[in-house]
Amino acid sequence: MSAAALAQPAVAAKTGNRAWRRFCRHRLALFGVAAIALLVLASIVGPSLIPFDSLKIDIRHRFAPPPSNGHLFGTDPLGRDLLVRLLTAGRISLSIGFAAMIVSTAFGTLIGVAAGYYGGAIRVTLMRFVDAMLCFPQIFLLLVLAAFIQPNAVTLTLIIAASSWMEVARVVEGQVRSLRERDFILAAEMLGASGRYVMFRELLPNAIGPIIVAATLTVARAILLEAYVSFLGYGIQPPMASWGNMLNNAQQYLGSAPWLAIFPGLMITLAVSSFNFVGDGLRDALDARFDLQ
Amino acid sequence: MANFLLGRLLQSLVLLLIVSVIGFAVLHLAPGGPLAQFALIPGLSKEDLARMAHEMGLDRPLPVQYWEWLTRLLGGDWGHSYRDNRPVLDVITGRLPATLELMGAAILISVLLGVWIGVMGAIRRYSVFDMLATIGAMVALSIPTFWFGLIVIYIFSVHLGWLPPGNRTTVGGGGSFLDYLHHLIAPAVVLALVEVAVWSRYMRASMLDVINQDFVRTARAKGLPERTVLWHHALRNALLPMIALAGVEIPTLLGGALVAETVFTWPGMGRLLLDSLGYRDYPVVMGILMFSAVLALLGNLLADIFAAVADPRVRMA
Repeated sequence: MSAAALAQPAVAAKTGNRAWRRFCRHRLALFGVAAIALLVLASIVGPSLIPFDSLKIDIRHRFAPPPSNGHLFGTDPLGRDLLVRLLTAGRISLSIGFAAMIVSTAFGTLIGVAAGYYGGAIRVTLMRFVDAMLCFPQIFLLLVLAAFIQPNAVTLTLIIAASSWMEVARVVEGQVRSLRERDFILAAEMLGASGRYVMFRELLPNAIGPIIVAATLTVARAILLEAYVSFLGYGIQPPMASWGNMLNNAQQYLGSAPWLAIFPGLMITLAVSSFNFVGDGLRDALDARFDLQ
Repeated sequence: MANFLLGRLLQSLVLLLIVSVIGFAVLHLAPGGPLAQFALIPGLSKEDLARMAHEMGLDRPLPVQYWEWLTRLLGGDWGHSYRDNRPVLDVITGRLPATLELMGAAILISVLLGVWIGVMGAIRRYSVFDMLATIGAMVALSIPTFWFGLIVIYIFSVHLGWLPPGNRTTVGGGGSFLDYLHHLIAPAVVLALVEVAVWSRYMRASMLDVINQDFVRTARAKGLPERTVLWHHALRNALLPMIALAGVEIPTLLGGALVAETVFTWPGMGRLLLDSLGYRDYPVVMGILMFSAVLALLGNLLADIFAAVADPRVRMA
């Protein structure tokens, strides 16, 4: 009896809470979308609105703390304006994030669809390869590749993509393998559809939800990875700015010029968490299973 | 049980072989090569370089080199460092304890804190605490480890002066247990941040799964106090799937350790990898890659075994 009495208000609260949760989740995702839009816009038009050049060295005004004579975010050890460098760095870091997402999602999807559709020896071979790649810490793989290849925006994108396609492949493989047993695939095959048609016209569109979610989270991961590699000195090379390499020398000035470390890190955290929020929101919206929890 | 173990062991060995092929191929197919650093030394002729390449065995076909490396490895010979000619195994095992110590401390923090946050989140689902934990976990997953390290150094070393900004012991007079612990706190906390987020999320989901099962209702129906039901009956069962997570998270933890070691000048394997990459020290790099893969596979294997011991249902699957 007491259990029933307890259950009653709990159910009512749960319904209200679910609405509140949806609201909250949506809020976060919306915040993410807004923040990403703002970051992209600021990176594109911002540098032309600020009266400083991202590469202009001004030794007399080095280490200017924020905000001082026009330098809203202060200046770096060479007297360059930090805000304009943050925004031009945003161009690089965000572009690499998006580009690496596209490449790795395309490759991962291809591997996943092939493995899930053909099954048997092809599946075992491909997925064992995926397992083996996942044995390495991602950053190890990335560094080993980056250390030997001349790093620039394009090669870095490819390197990041090469070390982050495995998750997508796993997700897609799982989806395709379960979809493959459904009747509509059987119907398509009985109508004489070719393997390629079934894979890309029947299976892929039905697996698109998880792919979009994984892709969004991959952008977040790629921005983070770019920052790691550039911070460690194997990524984007100075004087070109990226959020990671701006932190490269920040450690030695932690005591005297902490803003050099604080602002780029905040930009990375803002960008990455925004993509993670959006990915989470999309997962709730696209995956019905998560509604049950 | 024996069959299960044997199967998993065999699988791991096959995977390890694939890992070694990938690692070897990536290293040796990349442009540059270990001789690149000598190429710029004046007075070193092309013939000298060719002779060095021959001595190092770099002029032979890649599969031959791989086979040689593999057979030596199976015989216990990991090769010698190009940098100082020390045996690779010595170089790596000299650095391994520092990394394991860091990882162990981080695991301890993340399991304790992550389990607590996860359970509390599950019990008070959709409460303010749960919301904050959810958002906090996502933000924690988005913070670059090295930046978090810099902020920790800025606050606790530069400003407050409570914690040392780096190294494993005080240079000179250090070496006591407390001194080690004092140096361990900051890097371990920094490394644990991401793991706490991961653990709390999985723990919450796992706990929510368990809470609605019949045996929990039975325990409640027996009139057991809610605290016993949750922290005894439910938690035990909710922890089972978490054993596997501990194994899966090892590569992430190792990667994080590399970054934390760099920021805190921690003399571990991650920093060794960075240094060796700078020197194009292939045998050491290859050794580290293999070591990290072994750690990852061993972690998974142990997790599987523990899971099978703790939960007979696993062995059926």
